[in-house]
Amino acid sequence: MKYVPLVWAALWRRKARTIFTLLSLTAAFLLLGMLQAANSLFSGGSINLSAPILIVQARVSFTNPLPMRLLPQLEAMPGVVSVSHSQFFGGVYKDVRNFFPQFAVNPERWHKTFLECHLPDEQYQAWTQSRTAAIAGKQLADRFGWKLGDRIPLTSQIWPLKDGTRAWTFDLVGIFDDVSKDSCVRQGNMYIRYDYFDDGRQFGQGGAGIYVLRLSDPNMAESVSRQIDARFENSPDETKTQTEKDFSLNFLRQLGNLNLILTGITVAVFFSILLVTGNTMSQAVRERIPELAVLKTIGFGDGGVLSLVLAESLLMCVIGGLAGMLLSVVVLKIISKLPFGFPPVTADLHVWLFAAASMVGLGLVVGILPAMRAKNLSIIEALAVR
Amino acid sequence: MKQILAVTWMNLRSIPSRYMTSLVVVVGIALVVGVLVAMLSMSKGFEYTLKGTGKDTRALLLSAGVTAELSSYLGADVVPLLRELPGIQRGADGKPMASAELLVITELRRGEGDVNVALRGVEPAGLPLRPEMKLVEGRLFKPGLREVIAGRAATRQFSGISVGSKLQFRGSEWDVVGIFSTDGDAHESELWTDADTARSAFGRPGASAILAQLDPAKPPAEALKALKATVAADPRFQVDVLGERDYYSSQSQGVTDNINFITVFITVIMAFGAVFGALNTMYSAVAARQIEIATLRAIGFSGLPVMVSVLTESVALALIGGLLGAAIAYLLFNGLTTTTLGQSFTQVAFSFAVTPNLVLRGLGWALGIGLIGGFFPALKAIRQPVAEALRGA
Repeated sequence: MKYVPLVWAALWRRKARTIFTLLSLTAAFLLLGMLQAANSLFSGGSINLSAPILIVQARVSFTNPLPMRLLPQLEAMPGVVSVSHSQFFGGVYKDVRNFFPQFAVNPERWHKTFLECHLPDEQYQAWTQSRTAAIAGKQLADRFGWKLGDRIPLTSQIWPLKDGTRAWTFDLVGIFDDVSKDSCVRQGNMYIRYDYFDDGRQFGQGGAGIYVLRLSDPNMAESVSRQIDARFENSPDETKTQTEKDFSLNFLRQLGNLNLILTGITVAVFFSILLVTGNTMSQAVRERIPELAVLKTIGFGDGGVLSLVLAESLLMCVIGGLAGMLLSVVVLKIISKLPFGFPPVTADLHVWLFAAASMVGLGLVVGILPAMRAKNLSIIEALAVR
Repeated sequence: MKQILAVTWMNLRSIPSRYMTSLVVVVGIALVVGVLVAMLSMSKGFEYTLKGTGKDTRALLLSAGVTAELSSYLGADVVPLLRELPGIQRGADGKPMASAELLVITELRRGEGDVNVALRGVEPAGLPLRPEMKLVEGRLFKPGLREVIAGRAATRQFSGISVGSKLQFRGSEWDVVGIFSTDGDAHESELWTDADTARSAFGRPGASAILAQLDPAKPPAEALKALKATVAADPRFQVDVLGERDYYSSQSQGVTDNINFITVFITVIMAFGAVFGALNTMYSAVAARQIEIATLRAIGFSGLPVMVSVLTESVALALIGGLLGAAIAYLLFNGLTTTTLGQSFTQVAFSFAVTPNLVLRGLGWALGIGLIGGFFPALKAIRQPVAEALRGA
């Protein structure tokens, strides 16, 4: 511990170089933090969908609506507590770029199935009482500054009204929040009433969309899924049943091999920061050789000198790395507030562990060669340089 | 001028003696440019694939107000009326050259997950309508049978598709009887079957869109305008008429905008890191040349040649790095085929395209990093008092 000031002083021996190296480290870890947070979202690490919820879709594609007549059969499945149906509405709010998903649902069924969403009682009552009523997640409402009582015009890309026009209007009567902070997967959604939607649309009546099932026990997910799919096998309405988490992951995976791209960039960033810090450390030791020799002369052992250099390299990587990681948290927060509708990406424990391991690993790798050089220094030769 | 050249040349020749620190600049910038070019070549490739789809001489009729074929639906009552419109060319048999097609999504296996693949129900007229479509293996599907032909890209990107293989959807087996190519456009990622077979299997009697050959008597742009006017004037239709090429070109916008935004975001941060690395290197290069520079100043060289020599060094290193990065991106990725979700929620196969334009963009970034990374050290080099610098070492 008493050597901390010594290491600290060595680090700041050349201020400009250290600051530039730290800034370079900060930029690298800013990027690493964000890329790994995104990576952990795409690989399912940070998708918080542990609720015992199954999604039943048509085997052929989730865009192909399942008929409403499946409802009683699904409700009768053992282990199923409640069933909600959900039809993608495909509405555009003012501009195509304002994308957010809307679903036509039955309010009572929604209320019983989506227990993770908290909708105040009087707002729920209002929703059940008016056919044009709709509710929105808090994140979505904040994004567009919606208040209760607002009229929300949506142009459906999929469903024309009976007269062939596409301009639907809904009244916002409820804004739901999440029961717990970590399950905000539906906060960006809007829910409209199925009865109003089904009566109003030009075609497709009686189509339910997909079914969302709540189970009594999450451990039953696999067996219930298998039973449901077996039940409808070889019928025109073959089903594919999976947990909500798998459903979402499969969707993200379809965007491409994001994992590979993110890993590729991470490796590139890592490699360049390795060179920058490695260069700094080797210069730092090279120009300090006489000083290190003096340290040895006054009694520092070979191991002591080695530790001093390694400590300096570690300290530099940790300071720069932490600064970058903290910055990445701030930037991710800002991005999630921007009106682009990005999925909420946060740096979870996994990401922090990765970052911590990277900082220490980087510090050791770039420190070890200069440290060995310092250790193997012969005092006579080193002092003779002058 | 002669001074500038002399000092710069002398300096450039001395770079090998500082190769370790110079390598930091070269490799750092190579990585920035490599990532930039690789990412942009992805969006370029996707754009090429979609912009290469469709012909100016054909029109696409979609339900009014939709942005993608998948969400469009024309009822069975209006389809025959639209097909008979006067602006559509008639074939040798006197029938309109128009194909009312149903586009649906099927999920096919790929690796551990399922991917959305477009299944297109094509009417008999839809094949002569597309001269670019060629059967490369097997035979065509027969009307009434659950048979499909698969695009060449689909057979490579999704598992289990070859002539003779069977696909399972809508409660029955579908035989893959042929493979087709369409000059590498977006349709090659699709499965095609007979329109009526698709209609009955999916219970949708209408069509997603009608593809029609425009009247050849007029130039395509005018024929399109005329057809648009005819459709707009008829109160029975709520239909948009688009040039087929325009439609597919517009479909690339969303995906390329996203990739380009993320690329620039990542590149800016990486470039920051590289600038600081370059500053370190160039400051130490100036420090190493301290006595040389001071000597030059002492014997009467002005500041400019010295500054130019430092800047030239950093820019030269940066450009080498930029070229190296672009070359790596080209070797690793150019022509590599992959897929992503297109506007219609289905997989579209495309190839990475590293174009000269992208390489120039990469070199532009490299130049910027090199200039910033060299400027401040260059300033320091000429500001240092000569006497002090000579004594310094």
